[in-house]
Formats: sequence, C-alpha cells, structure tokens
Amino acid sequence: MRIYLDHNATTPVRPEVIDAMGEVLREVHGNPSSGHAEGGLARARVEAARDEVASLLGVAASTIYFTAGASEANNSVLMGLLEERGGSGKLVISSVEHPSVVEPAACLEKSGMVVTRLAVDAEGLLDPSDVFGAVDSDTVLVSLVWANNETGVIQPMEEIARGLKEREIRLHVDATQAVGKWPVDLQRVSADYLSCSAHKFGGPKGTGCLVAREGAPIHPLIRGGPQERRIRGGTENVAGIVGFGHACGLAANELTERMEGYGALRDRLWEGLCDGVEGLVWNGNREHVLPNTLNLQFQEVPGEVLLQALDIEGVAASAGAACHSGSISPSHVLTAMGLSPEEARSTLRLSVGHGVDAEQIDSAVSILTELVDRVRRAGSA
Amino acid sequence: MRRQAVSATGTDRSRVVVAMSGGVDSSLAAALLVEKELEVVGVTMHLAGDSSRCCSLEDADDARRVADGRIRFYVANYTESFQREVIDVFADEYLAGRTPIPCVACNKRFKFDYLMERAGIFGAEGVATGHYARITRNSDNGNFELRRSRDLQKDQTYFLFQLDQAQLSKTLLPLGELTKQEVRDRARALGLGTADKPESQEICFVPDGDYAAIVEKIRPEAKRRGGEIVDGRGTVLGRHEGIHRFTVGQRHGLGISSHQRLYVVRLDAKARQVVVGSKEELGAEGAEVSSVNWVDGQPPKEPVRAKVQVRHRHSGAEATLFPLPDNTVRIEFDEPVQAVSPGQAAVFYEALPGEDDRGEKVLGGGWIRS
Repeated sequence: MRIYLDHNATTPVRPEVIDAMGEVLREVHGNPSSGHAEGGLARARVEAARDEVASLLGVAASTIYFTAGASEANNSVLMGLLEERGGSGKLVISSVEHPSVVEPAACLEKSGMVVTRLAVDAEGLLDPSDVFGAVDSDTVLVSLVWANNETGVIQPMEEIARGLKEREIRLHVDATQAVGKWPVDLQRVSADYLSCSAHKFGGPKGTGCLVAREGAPIHPLIRGGPQERRIRGGTENVAGIVGFGHACGLAANELTERMEGYGALRDRLWEGLCDGVEGLVWNGNREHVLPNTLNLQFQEVPGEVLLQALDIEGVAASAGAACHSGSISPSHVLTAMGLSPEEARSTLRLSVGHGVDAEQIDSAVSILTELVDRVRRAGSA
Repeated sequence: MRRQAVSATGTDRSRVVVAMSGGVDSSLAAALLVEKELEVVGVTMHLAGDSSRCCSLEDADDARRVADGRIRFYVANYTESFQREVIDVFADEYLAGRTPIPCVACNKRFKFDYLMERAGIFGAEGVATGHYARITRNSDNGNFELRRSRDLQKDQTYFLFQLDQAQLSKTLLPLGELTKQEVRDRARALGLGTADKPESQEICFVPDGDYAAIVEKIRPEAKRRGGEIVDGRGTVLGRHEGIHRFTVGQRHGLGISSHQRLYVVRLDAKARQVVVGSKEELGAEGAEVSSVNWVDGQPPKEPVRAKVQVRHRHSGAEATLFPLPDNTVRIEFDEPVQAVSPGQAAVFYEALPGEDDRGEKVLGGGWIRS
C-alpha cells in the first residue's frame, strides 16, 4: 500500500474526471474546428468546459485560453512581452517563482528588459509595499506566484493586485498550486492574467489555461490555426479540456471541504512528526499557507537519502520541486528565504490530497520518524 | 493505528542495494540477484561531474533503463565528496611525485563505506556490485576471504584490498564466477540494454587520459613548478614542466637524447627533480608500504611469503613481507621488480607452495611509499 504525499507535484486523476474523459475519447471524435455535427459536438464540450473553468476562477468564459498547462501559460505571458515591447521596459518577479517564470524572465533580460526579482522574508512572504516600490511607469508586467509550489506559502495577492491596479500596472498571477485548494476568485483579485494546470487538482496532465482579461494584450506562443481565437494554434486536447473542466467543477463544489480535510491531515502529520522527531523546522509561514502543504527541515538529515528510504518504505514525498530531480542544487525558493544550502538540502516537502486518510498519515509519521532516526544514527557512526 | 516496524513494501525477501554504474557488469549483477528473488534496490552513484564518462547522468539513465520499473532505482549524489576525497587527492598525489590510483579510494569509500551506510538506511542487508572478484568463507575460522575472480583477465581484487571483514560479510559479488564473455552473453540473453556497452578503461574523471591537464586544472600552481631532469649522480640532463607529468617507469616524453634508453626512476617533489636512469636502475629490491589493511583483520606475527602485485596490470612478484609497527610492511622481492611507483597499491596474495599462478586469496595490501 503506497502512501502518496506528493500532491503538489501532481495528483491522481479523480475517477469522475476519468469517466468524463473516457466518454469523450470514445464518443466525441470530432475536431472542434470542423463545421459538421461531429465537430460541433466536440466544440460544445470544449465550450462547456470553458464555462466550468471560468466559473471556478470568477471570470468570463471569453477570457480563458486553453493551453497544455501552466508552464505554457507562464511562457505565453512572459515571452509575449517581447512581441509587445520588443525587449524594452521593466519586468518585476519574485525570487520564489517557478522555473517556468524564472527562465523566460532570464531570457527577456538577455533581450534587454530590466528584470527586478523581489526578495521574500524568512517565511517566504512578499511585502506588498516592496512590490509597489519596485514598479514605475516603465514597468510592463509584474508576475508573481500566488501559492508557492514548494512551501505552500500564500502571497497577499488581493492587496498586491489592488495596489497595482491603482497604479495601472499589469499583474500576472501563477495560480498553479492555489487553484483547487485555495479560493481563487478573480472578482476579488484584480489580476490581468492567471495561469493554472489541471493535474494539480484531480485533472489530467497536459492541460491548463491562461486567463487574460479583456484588454490585456496576448500573443500566441504556438501559431498555426484559428484555435483559441488564434492565440493558441493546434487542435484542442478535447478530452483533456473536458477533464480540466470537470476537475474545476469538483473543486468548486468541494473547496471548503477540501480545505478543512487537507488541513486536518497536514496538521496531524505535523503534530505526529513533532512528537517523534527532534529539531524539526517548518519552512514558510504557518498562517498564510496552503492547507495541504508541509515543507520541513530535518536538521542534519540529507533530503535525498531520506526521500529514497521513504520511497522504499512506501511513502512518496518530494525534496524541493519535482522539476529539479536529478540535480541537488538547493532549492532557490528555500535559499531565497535565507536557508543555507545545507538546510535547504535537508528539507522534505509533504503534500496531502484526495485519497489520503488519517491512518495513512499515522503510518507515514511512524515510518518517517524511524527513518530520520536511522539516518541520524548512520551519520553519527 | 500506529505501525510498529518499518516494512511497508510488504515483502519478506532480503533487500540488497546494487551499485549500478550503467555498464554491463553491474546491470547483470542486479539482474542475477533479481533472479535469485532478492529484493533489489539499484543505486547509481553520481560521482564525477558531467564531464566524466563513467558515473555520469547519462550512465544513470542507462542504469535506470535496466531497472526498467522492475526494481527500485535511485541516483545517489556524491559529487562533492568525490571531488574532495578522490579528485583533489589524485592531483595532490601527482604534485607530491607519486602515481596515484584513485580507483582504490573510490571503491573503498564510495562503493563500500558510503553505499553501505545508505543500504543500512534503506533497511538492506548488504551491498552488491559488478566487481570481478569472489568472497568466500573460511570454514575453520569463519573469516571472510577475498579471492581473485575466475576471469583472471578481469580480476579487480587489486582495487578491493581495503575491504574489511564487516564489509566483506555484507557484500555480494555475483560476477565472481563468470568470465566477461559469459557476462555479456547472459546480459544479451536477458535483453539488458547495456549488454554491448563498451568497457571503460581509463580513470573515469580523466576520460581522454590526459592526467597532467586534470592536475593543472585542479591545482593551477602545478604549471609553475618546472624543474630539472637529472641522472642518478645529479648531472642535469634537461628540464621539465612539472613532475606531475611523469611517472616512474616512463620512457617517452623526456625530451632528452641519450645513447642508452632512459627511464624515470624516481621523482623528487621537494627538489622538483625527475631522476632518470637505465632499466637496471629502475629495478627495486623492496618497497615500504603504509596504511596496510589485512583482510583477516590482523597483521601476521611472523614474516610471510606472498605474491605482490604492484600495479593494476602486473602479474605479481614473489616476496617476503615483514610486518612493521603502524600498519606498515617492508616488502623484500625475491628478484628486483621494475617500476615500483610510490602512490600505487601493493596488494599481497597468498603464495601457495608449488603454485606458479598469480595467487588467489588476498591477504591485504597498502600504499607504496618508497
């Protein structure tokens, strides 16, 4: 019996979503761009999904552009600035962004844009006044992660968005980790763009969307067709989009229940570990944090070996972001919070989600407690 | 419900960690243990940086493909320790006028000390590798013995002499009874993707064989340490660009003309001198060996007869070993041995009377000091 505590990397697809996708794969084979009945049926499914996504995010369906996920959406917004401004102007990001923002930003910097990377405090939080202090009339975009993928720390996005709107500065929010486990409502947060991915909350991999409010400029990353109002070429991933829509529908219905349920499991894990493991440190802010995420420092225990031993014993977790596997360069998110490389390397991310129960948490606690003890004994031998 | 013990894998099979380099040998070693129904955990040790040909991330991918979801597989990153404990030491040895053999420290520290530590954390009972060597148990005293592999061409006991009883007791060497050809045949029969992968011969972090360049990269000051080439009487015959470019027994690249063939017979790091001489001057009647490990766990009380191997490709020389205090041994060869280089290992094999092969059982070994 495996215990999967890596829901921030990806989640198991919900059975309801699989059913909906299976029905589309079996019954709906048309190309949404075709004028015939088969095409029309596929088009209708895509548009119904768009409505569900829009409804969850609190935006008009016409602002949703389906992509192959949040990384594409992030690239689309940032690299679009090249077309928009030809490499001039200023971009503001934070020092705790996902690589799909970090790397496009570095690319824009090479093309001549001025990129500011805002610091976070020791708990991973941005200070809104730092954001406002960093922008001026040359700033073309501020791009910030709403909930951090590694620490789960939630940025004060409502306040940041309000202040930027007053200053007429465009804001892109990477909400990949927030959607489905935190209230993401663009009626309250006046961001101009938002990126998210279906697979982080019970949907399929390879689907997501970019939200671009009316009037916010947007340029295609992939050209080649009329799809998504010429913003994203390529025949739509109909089954994926339907799965995404379905996952959004589930999230809308279950959000309160999820936040409570995940929070209870995460707290049980934290308390259980605190009972058995000496010198535990919670990385991040314990109040402004996703209910499902626990980023822990096990002092003087290398995360790599702990993660592998956990896997052997049946527990899946993560050290830093999944995209970094194979390299042990310490997480830039943790070092931005002031952790030393050694502290960052002794960190584990545990993230709960659908299908995890209290009994599994208790098993994970005892396995992890024993393994930390083994590693520490081996280290002192 | 709280669990009492850690065993979520739900198996009662013995768990063993296999060091998988991504080559054919360790791939087959893992496959043979799977056939024996052991619970195999494959680990590729990422040691040298990406410039290296062996133990690179590409090799890890090869190993991962062999593991192919059938066994658990992980990459263990030891690049920082490897740089410090193997590569830097390698450079310093050259600068000290010795000819290092980094594979011994790599095997001992990484494939055994560190991997065994990790195996313990993994709840494994031991470690297996694709080395060509055998471990047997003495039925009289219960001691573990390290023996040459059946394939003498491939035998790697020279690199393993530092293993102790505790390590030997927890080590499996599934290839010890196989020849290289049999290993390739069986790997092919099992459909292992690495079956025909070429052999790595050079030192892994010196893929092009240019030792001097590596030494100068790690210790740039080496470039400014030129000196004299002298003969045995101190007569200056020429100049050199650093003693790290020379090794005892070397005949080429001296850049001096002479009526007789000249060999490097000695390197004097202090005086920065390369001492050359005739083939006769290259012969050593004995050697001093330090940091000696006796596989049995204790040095013999009396001088013992042994066959001594002084470099990887050396057929061994008959000698008498005189154990001295502080884990040192004085070797007296029956006949002078050519090119006994400080920095290399001297490995002692049991000399059985009347036998004229290379000896089979490893008694121990140490580092040639002079």
